[in-house]
Amino acid sequence: MPRRIDPEGATLSFTFEGRRIEARAGDSVAAALTAAGIRDLRDSAVSGQPRGIFCMMGACFDCLVEIDGQPNRQACMIPVTEGLTVRRQRGAAEVHP
Amino acid sequence: MTSNERAADTLVVGGGLVGAALAYGLAREGERVTVLDEGDVALRASRGNFGLVWVQSKGDGLHDYARWTRHSADLWPEFAGLLEQDSGISPDYEKPGGVHFMLSESELEAKRAQIARMHNVNGAAGYGAEIIDRQQLDAMLPGLGPDVIGASWSPHDGHASPLRLLRGLHAAIAARGGRYVPDARADQVGRDGQGFFARTGKGTYRAGKIVLAAGHGNTALAPALGMTIPLRAEKGQILVTERAAPLLPMPTHVLRQTAEGTVMMGDSHEDTGYSTDSVSSVIRDIARHAVRCFPAIARLRVVRSWGAVRVLSLDGFPIYQESPGFPGAFSINCHSGVTLAGAHALALAPMIARGRLDAQVERFTARRFGHATAH
Repeated sequence: MPRRIDPEGATLSFTFEGRRIEARAGDSVAAALTAAGIRDLRDSAVSGQPRGIFCMMGACFDCLVEIDGQPNRQACMIPVTEGLTVRRQRGAAEVHP
Repeated sequence: MTSNERAADTLVVGGGLVGAALAYGLAREGERVTVLDEGDVALRASRGNFGLVWVQSKGDGLHDYARWTRHSADLWPEFAGLLEQDSGISPDYEKPGGVHFMLSESELEAKRAQIARMHNVNGAAGYGAEIIDRQQLDAMLPGLGPDVIGASWSPHDGHASPLRLLRGLHAAIAARGGRYVPDARADQVGRDGQGFFARTGKGTYRAGKIVLAAGHGNTALAPALGMTIPLRAEKGQILVTERAAPLLPMPTHVLRQTAEGTVMMGDSHEDTGYSTDSVSSVIRDIARHAVRCFPAIARLRVVRSWGAVRVLSLDGFPIYQESPGFPGAFSINCHSGVTLAGAHALALAPMIARGRLDAQVERFTARRFGHATAH
């Protein structure tokens, strides 16, 4: 289980799959989920296999989650704000013509 | 000259889609091939490719090119299977047919005339394209914008993943005993005894035959082998969206959905030399046109964009040149590295293995530009 280097700082909260997650100010969604021990963020749109964080710097697009109803958000690039609704992403985004 | 010498039947200068498809085809013919590739600084048109295997619209003005393109599309299913057998990598080739959208009556009429003209010359060996109206189009591809009034459709069109194709070719070359030398830009090529040499930063390589497949690099290399290869650069930019559930059942000339679910948008043409910059005004136009054709795409987010430089001859058709003064030396250029991969591997490579280009491709000589070709 990952541990915070510096556990100080103001706390925020958001939800992941309905579960309340504590974050520190400045955390990305991916960092806060990692600190909470959550590694499984989505299913691959190609293979269906589970995926989680990899590069943590916006390059790999592996940590995609649904945030406030919008799919395919990069969890490592979105700073936590109070009250975000984050969901595990299942499959590809659906767009209907 | 150096310790890097090893006998090969053919040196292929260039490890992009053209060089790799030829090297794979030569290896299939039983040749020992050495592929010399440039490093990360190369222009690498192959890695910026849109991924269409496209027959319609090719070869108006050079009918042998229309037939050659169709031949390649006909070979693609077999080629994709052989490549996967040899490499274990599928190029994600699909052939559901493809459409080119028409947004005005005049565009539609011009296309109708072009199809009739091409059909008159090539008959069944040509495009096999036809004009379809909006109602037929809606049945094939639901969700089009109101400005699309019809399309030309060809059952021979399809698409593939250029990156998986390139990776598969490199793996297949290795599997068939070919040698791939990365980061070995050929600075000089020439005649060497009974064969040819290519000098690189990694040493000098030799073989009985030599194939220049270095894209824009051919212009500088070819004169030493008695050939003049005039090329021009043209930039194309591409946008890529997030992955989405299946949305587009077939490729179009402006947008296609990949096997992984991303939607690619493109079809820009800029005369900006060797620049590969992304430019926001062009990106905006590409996106606007794609949304006009297929409005639902506006709800997807763009995650990547890039520019790449097409390798074009002065008339846009391929240049397949054998050196008149140096038998066994060839210069091969085209801008359709994906479309022509099937023909390059399974039809052109066997000609090169035999040492002579056939009549089927003789019209692709650089002599059509009126340049003196040294003897």
